[in-house]
Amino acid sequence: MMEWLKVVGQKSLAAIREVGRLAELLWRILLNLAPWRFDGPETWRALYRVGVQSVGIVVITAVLTGAIMVIQSGMYIQQYGAYGLLGWGAGYSVLREVGPIMIGLMFSGRVGANNAAELGTMKVTEQIDGLRALAIDPVAYLVVPRVVAMLVMMFLLVIIGNFTALVGGAITSQLILGVDIEVFFWSLRTYLEMADFWHGVGKSVGFGFAIAVISCHFGLNVRGGAVGVGRAVNASVVGSAIAIFMLDYLVSFVTI
Amino acid sequence: MITLHEVGKKWQGEWVLRDVSLEISQGEYIGLIGPGGSGKTLLIKLMTGLVHPDAGTVTVDGQNLADLDARGKEALRFRMGMLFQNFALFDFMTVAENLAFPLRQAGELEEAEIAGRIQTALGEIGLSHAAERYPIELSGGMKKRVSFARAVIRRPPLLFYDDPTAGLDPVTSAKIFQLLTTIRESGDTTAVTAGHDLRGIRRLCDRVAMVGDGSIVHTGTIGEFDDCRREPVASFWEASRAEGWG
Repeated sequence: MMEWLKVVGQKSLAAIREVGRLAELLWRILLNLAPWRFDGPETWRALYRVGVQSVGIVVITAVLTGAIMVIQSGMYIQQYGAYGLLGWGAGYSVLREVGPIMIGLMFSGRVGANNAAELGTMKVTEQIDGLRALAIDPVAYLVVPRVVAMLVMMFLLVIIGNFTALVGGAITSQLILGVDIEVFFWSLRTYLEMADFWHGVGKSVGFGFAIAVISCHFGLNVRGGAVGVGRAVNASVVGSAIAIFMLDYLVSFVTI
Repeated sequence: MITLHEVGKKWQGEWVLRDVSLEISQGEYIGLIGPGGSGKTLLIKLMTGLVHPDAGTVTVDGQNLADLDARGKEALRFRMGMLFQNFALFDFMTVAENLAFPLRQAGELEEAEIAGRIQTALGEIGLSHAAERYPIELSGGMKKRVSFARAVIRRPPLLFYDDPTAGLDPVTSAKIFQLLTTIRESGDTTAVTAGHDLRGIRRLCDRVAMVGDGSIVHTGTIGEFDDCRREPVASFWEASRAEGWG
């Protein structure tokens, strides 16, 4: 019994410490964001690495997601002859939920994992200490540019992803269900509101911020060499996925 | 100038350093010696504020590091240069970019001046041909020289060398110590050098402090160490000589 209590106590303390460190990092990020106190060139590099290099994978994922949404709903659309609702159905689910979540998960796997591995490796090879020894704040130089880049690029990638998903859906509806592309987009324009678009895009900014903070946190707190870096990457991906679904649940709950 | 007063540090609940007191005056070069794992690197990191003590105080230039906020520590570190045992070179930058980085971050020099200073530094460390190489493309000795050049390129008055010749052959070790000696002769600097290479420390330092069992077991001049018959100092000194380090 005592042994069990000891284990629970140790795990609880470790979890509290983790949350404390995360909160401290968040605070230091905010301190560097206002007033604007981070490295400009590093931010541009991060924007390129995080965003431009992710466009390809996001487009592929989004096109397939749009196509899958149409194929999945196609059976019912054909059964009831409700071709005029196809664009609305695919658009509603893509813009509000599937687009931001799919791209968020893809982003955490590609960018978040890479970020945690990069910072983790810098930590174990003393490059982070090297920065501090040169009087450079690692949060201002490494973390804040990444956070800004992930936030901005997640926003832009979700817009690109939404657009390509709808194009993928429209092409699939024409090829598989014989629904004219114009009818698909008419349905979209008629039944959807801009609020549906902004709902998903707004969430994506939150997802980007969560992925950035979580991946930086696990990267900067690596201990134990290569094995530690592996653990940090794993924790970053799992933590980001949990954060994405929790944020999505909260936003859905509040805005319903 | 640097004062450690009853400093202690815990690692996973155990004291790894205890009651360490040491004073280093301005212009003094002090060597930290001792067996591997005795806490030399930890002492250097405590002096630079990279690690916080669990007991005691560390004062640099009259400022208690514990009283300084992040900006205060950064201001103080502008006056410090550190050569890391494992180089700590930024692996995503070339040699030239590694050297330019601290200068660009300081924002005090024009690009042309930075380029000039890099050329001079590369010439001094004999790596003019390697300016565009990445750290992974360098040998251990070359990395050490680049790390040294980066530590001193801002010409800081306080220098910390953590095992500057670790894992290097005797010829390269001699070159490294020659560079450290040149810096000493070229200006008013204070330095702490941790390491095993007693031959180099003998040449470079005014005073030596031996670390052992989590504290400083002896301090004195090189001559005083030569004459010391007290254990574990005598054994360590003799063993180092026998290995060709002294």
